[in-house]
Amino acid sequence: MYDAPNLGDAVDQKETKITARGVQVYYGDTHAIKDVDVDIEAKAVTAFIGPSGCGKSTFLRCLNRMNDTIDVCRVEGDILIDGEDIYDKRVDPVQLRAKVGMVFQKPNPFPKSIYDNIAYGPRIHGLARNKADLDEIVEKSLRRGAIWDEVKDRLNEPGTGLSGGQQQRLCIARAIATEPEVLLMDEPCSALDPIATAQVEELIDELHHRYSVVIVTHSMQQAARVSQRTAFFHLGNLVEFGDTSQIFTNPKDERTESYITGRIG
Amino acid sequence: MSAGLVILAIVLIATIGFFLGRSRAISQAGGDPRELHSLPAYYGQTVFLFAAVPALLVTIAWLLLQSTFVDTRVTGMINDADIAEGSSRALVMGDVRRIANGLNVAIERDALTEEQIETMRADETDVRAVLGGVGVALGSSVQQSVFEASKEFRQITSTLRNAMAVIAISLSLIGGAFALSRIHPEFRARNISETAVKALLLLCSGVAVLTTIGIIASLVFESAHFFKLHPASNFFFNSTWNPQFRGGSDLGILPLLWGTLYVSFIALIFAVPIGLLVAIYLSEYATKRVRSIVKPAVEILAGIPTIVYGLFALITVGPMLRDYFAQPLGLGTSSSSVLTAGLVMGVMLIPFVSSLSDDVINSVPQAMRDGSYGLGATQSETVKQIILPAALPGIVGAILLAASRAIGETMIVVMGAGAAAKLSLNPFEAMTTITVKIVSQLTGDTEFASPETLVAFALGLSLFVITLGLNVLALYIVRKYREQYE
Repeated sequence: MYDAPNLGDAVDQKETKITARGVQVYYGDTHAIKDVDVDIEAKAVTAFIGPSGCGKSTFLRCLNRMNDTIDVCRVEGDILIDGEDIYDKRVDPVQLRAKVGMVFQKPNPFPKSIYDNIAYGPRIHGLARNKADLDEIVEKSLRRGAIWDEVKDRLNEPGTGLSGGQQQRLCIARAIATEPEVLLMDEPCSALDPIATAQVEELIDELHHRYSVVIVTHSMQQAARVSQRTAFFHLGNLVEFGDTSQIFTNPKDERTESYITGRIG
Repeated sequence: MSAGLVILAIVLIATIGFFLGRSRAISQAGGDPRELHSLPAYYGQTVFLFAAVPALLVTIAWLLLQSTFVDTRVTGMINDADIAEGSSRALVMGDVRRIANGLNVAIERDALTEEQIETMRADETDVRAVLGGVGVALGSSVQQSVFEASKEFRQITSTLRNAMAVIAISLSLIGGAFALSRIHPEFRARNISETAVKALLLLCSGVAVLTTIGIIASLVFESAHFFKLHPASNFFFNSTWNPQFRGGSDLGILPLLWGTLYVSFIALIFAVPIGLLVAIYLSEYATKRVRSIVKPAVEILAGIPTIVYGLFALITVGPMLRDYFAQPLGLGTSSSSVLTAGLVMGVMLIPFVSSLSDDVINSVPQAMRDGSYGLGATQSETVKQIILPAALPGIVGAILLAASRAIGETMIVVMGAGAAAKLSLNPFEAMTTITVKIVSQLTGDTEFASPETLVAFALGLSLFVITLGLNVLALYIVRKYREQYE
């Protein structure tokens, strides 16, 4: 089939974290994702690019079953994380989301203190035995979120009082606090200014040593800067998937080339 | 010419002015509306406003001032001797107006002519019988000076009315002509229309504010009157409510205040948890279909007249509570009790709490929910730890609004809790509230001079201060909440 993804040769040599086969997503009568196959590498950044409405965010939200919270959304096909089908009846979507953390387009800190924002997930999942444990988790998460130095003196102040870039890093730290294996990021920098964007990108680059990161972005420069693998979506189809360098320098599909060079989008 | 006709004439002139203004604007622009600063209709509107507004304002002011003016002119004509024992000048003025009116009716029916009235004297003709013949009843026979005053009253009134008609209509014509003469293509008619709209809006909001001020002023004024007749310490600190119409009564607000707070408290204890849980269900759990049925169904409760709730309390809830709880527990034998009124009022308040809380919960951004679900929280964890804390200030505002509604409620209390002013902790005993006592002090044939009736205003003012305080608090909390997400 013409739309079949072009799986790069390098895939087999690395560990695969997420495997998707024949994924279809419907919003009511709309067919939003059409037969997508993809393999996402462990401990690497995978970028989803494509024009608005191409389904990249929808596909991202399938990976932690966030689409379950939308009534009209229906997902078909297989998505496996570490070989386990996440849409299997035995899988608890709530537990899954602790394992597959998510960062949203707009920073959405809870109207609580910075400390409570980070402690929210660990408290729900009972990850800390005592207060000291929890303090440690909070500190570790904030450090990994590259925001510890900025907030260590004001952990009791509301998270909503931080700047946009700080809020987003707080949200990343919050997602890290539940010890996820995969981090999904839905256009995490689209509401940020260039300096905050640079800080978040640096953080993402840092994170991929520990986590498998999947990032949806509108900015092709961002995809080129932070990701090792890139998938190009167009009109609900996965058009091309491969190493970032190959996608940006030597795209195999002419639609990918048109998008990257700015002729469509 | 009557006032109605004058107003009609002004409106007619203004309407003609509208069409003249519009066509003049077009012809000034050489038939091309694009040359005009504003759309042609705005020029018409300008003429309409200039023709109508000043003339109508003068008419209204004239009508308001005329009666006072005529009264002061005529009052002096009545001899003091002609004012009957126990009557007053104001009452005689009422007669004057009635006679003048009767004379007008007599002329309309051809029972009298202008000349006849001119020569008629009260000490020669039986005016009462003549007017009785055309269906205008007078309370007593008419004194000569009163009759002369009536004639004068008629005379001045009709002169003034004609003068008003002439002035108002000519003002309308002058205004319209002035506006017409000003029309040229650069004339900024849109801006005038905009100013008029602004003035209209200001006027309407002014009406609301002025009414509130008027109500407060009348309450304060009458309350001050009450406190002159009755010691304030007795009103605020006496724990007995025992009005005696022959004087020397105890008018302590405490038992009434206690009853009010007790009934409202029970109502809120009942309504707040249920209303809140309904709101959480509707906004977080219910599917669209269920929501579209349940939400209107709950809101029907808010549309039931309180008197119907009162009947429900009187006939169903009261006897039920007495037979199944109060009597077996030995707590009372009365079917009207605080608990009856409180429970029924609670039912009434459920939609208040649920509907306002539902709005507040819905206004918590979806991003908060996403964030919580994204971290692996369940729905109830999200509600408990994210949504309710975020919506809490708004929910408190909703509860306070419901509380002020409960405090002001009358009908359910009359029928459910009775009318006995008592200070007691037993919820199965009959008690009463401030509102009920206001009603009972003012119903019947009473004059507003004794402390027993004037106390109603002091009670009303106290109630107003309490509910105003609650509303201000609620608004303050709701506003503070709004700032969080914007």
